[in-house]
Amino acid sequence: MSAPALMQETAGAGQDLNAQALRTDARRESLRLLALLSPSLFLVFAIIIVPIGWLFWLSLFDEAGAFSAANYARFFEQVSYIKTFTTTFKVAFIVTGACVLLGYPLAYMLSQLPRRAASICLIFVILPFWTSVLVRTYAWLVILQRKGLINSWLIDLGVISQPLSLANNLSGVVIGMTHILLPFLVLPLYASMKTIDTDCLRAGMNLGAGPVATFRQIFFPLSLPGLASGVVIVFVLCLGFFVTPALMGGGKVIMWAMRMEQTTSLYSNWGAGAALGVVLLVVTLALLGLFQWLLGARATGVWSSR
Amino acid sequence: MSIAPSALPISMRGIEKRFGSVAVLRDLNLDVEAGEFLTLLGPSGSGKTTLLMILAGFVRANAGSIKVGNDEIITTPPHKRNIGMVFQNYALFPHMNVFHNIAFPLKQRSVTAAKTAERVEKALDLVKLQGLGERRVDQLSGGQRQRVALARAIVFEPRIVLMDEPLSALDKGLREHMQIELRALHRRLGMTTVYVTHDQREAITMSDRIAVMNGGRIEQLDRPETLYATPQTRFVAGFIGESNFIPVECRNGSVWYEDRRIHTAAPVPAAGQHLMVVRPEKLRLLANAEPASGVNVLNATLSDIIYQGDSFVCYAVLRDGRQLTLRDYCRSDVLAKMPASGQPVSLGLDAQDTILVAAD
Repeated sequence: MSAPALMQETAGAGQDLNAQALRTDARRESLRLLALLSPSLFLVFAIIIVPIGWLFWLSLFDEAGAFSAANYARFFEQVSYIKTFTTTFKVAFIVTGACVLLGYPLAYMLSQLPRRAASICLIFVILPFWTSVLVRTYAWLVILQRKGLINSWLIDLGVISQPLSLANNLSGVVIGMTHILLPFLVLPLYASMKTIDTDCLRAGMNLGAGPVATFRQIFFPLSLPGLASGVVIVFVLCLGFFVTPALMGGGKVIMWAMRMEQTTSLYSNWGAGAALGVVLLVVTLALLGLFQWLLGARATGVWSSR
Repeated sequence: MSIAPSALPISMRGIEKRFGSVAVLRDLNLDVEAGEFLTLLGPSGSGKTTLLMILAGFVRANAGSIKVGNDEIITTPPHKRNIGMVFQNYALFPHMNVFHNIAFPLKQRSVTAAKTAERVEKALDLVKLQGLGERRVDQLSGGQRQRVALARAIVFEPRIVLMDEPLSALDKGLREHMQIELRALHRRLGMTTVYVTHDQREAITMSDRIAVMNGGRIEQLDRPETLYATPQTRFVAGFIGESNFIPVECRNGSVWYEDRRIHTAAPVPAAGQHLMVVRPEKLRLLANAEPASGVNVLNATLSDIIYQGDSFVCYAVLRDGRQLTLRDYCRSDVLAKMPASGQPVSLGLDAQDTILVAAD
């Protein structure tokens, strides 16, 4: 009878063997990892959490310094705010649309070029990044204004008799912003097009789809994730764009960021400016969430069960 | 119940392909019989994949003619060739589920929805993937993807099916299983099939005929057993199966290795230097140096014996330093008489197993 008892005892001891020491060791390891992470956690806290929290805090005080929701109530009461809001979205939609219309064929062409030619062409896509946005915007002003290059050429050629109003209005803003934001659409789109397996396109043709059908049914759907990320980047950048609309809009196109600048530097109303910032942030995050949700839905087969 | 395409023969004449100054295919002629399973076998760079791409229409040849039945297709665009193809990486459409992948060729041919569903069902059945139509491609295993690719290539009853190393991405066990299944499917459907591989064992297992390619040319086109038994060039002998090469000389109507006359069942070739092809499994360890007539005897020194469970491999060195490999099954009578390494041995090779090829 003593032998089984002994075995049981050993088995029982085996289950707890070093359990306490292992638990302590695991705890110690996670503490060490946390310690290693702490510098970056501190950075995130100091340069993201604190300023945004402060911004939010500022937005809750009116001009007199009293705690109120007046800064947010203004969005619904003042027509100019609503107008700025709609203008911002209108510009963002038009610019994003223009970027898609110009950028998709460009990215497609780049993706089909031989490697060497493609890298040379890509340099021309990236080149504008090396010049300041301010300089590029002024350059567009020179080209588009009433007595600018385009108008004088068109008048000289006799195409038009009156100069077109290309700058200092919405079209100027759209042209300038499209030029500056185009690479943000082309680069992710190009990258995703490059990953499309050429054998998939060959398979499409092999199975009886002509060039147009292969593009429509295979290439285009496979390029959509890249297009979506390009669209998100451009759209979000549009919402907060300042320099180009300020210079090219001629004061007629007031976008969100310009309104912020006016509120803080012209009227020194930091609370109202902060509220504008908070709303822009929330709207942007909501849009990103929406895109994420749409992409997620795609991955789970909304398109595949067509 | 089977999907039965009307098989057509393929006739390729004078196919030339150059990439820049590099000739990939040179004046290539090849006839594939209707309903035949023909394999293009060769090392990488031999032009086998290029030839398949030209057949599919993805690569334009510099010259030549391809006739399918009576139709010249050399300038026909790929989507009008009506040739099914299984790609090396399967090339399934990642944004479509299994059903839509297989239905794709039917959709291009404006087949009605009801008919499409029926034919996709039948194709899924054929490749043993019943009920997986709604799966996404990324939910499938490698073997299942391979079957979907196969179903997609045959669902529209193409005249010809091309396969570009379709099994190379599968692991060994599955690959061997799929070889047998592909073979059975081909027997059942009877479509003309051109298969590309660099795996000689796969080619031998599956093919009606094998075209061994080297340097943009077809070195030999024969049934697998003929290729193995009577390779016509050193390349074919070396590429198909294992071979030891021993230089021999033909003079006065007989074959000589050093001072020993070599018996061969084949006619003695023209005078000059030749190579004797010795397959490891055709060699025998002889009990004494005086065997029956019609057996060639090679005297050598045993250098190593490697046991492989079911079989063993002996390495023996001839007097001129050339190494010979011998393979035999581990039968107890053979093992009992096994000499130790370092001992002199006599190796026997029957006259009808003695193959001669030209020395290059």
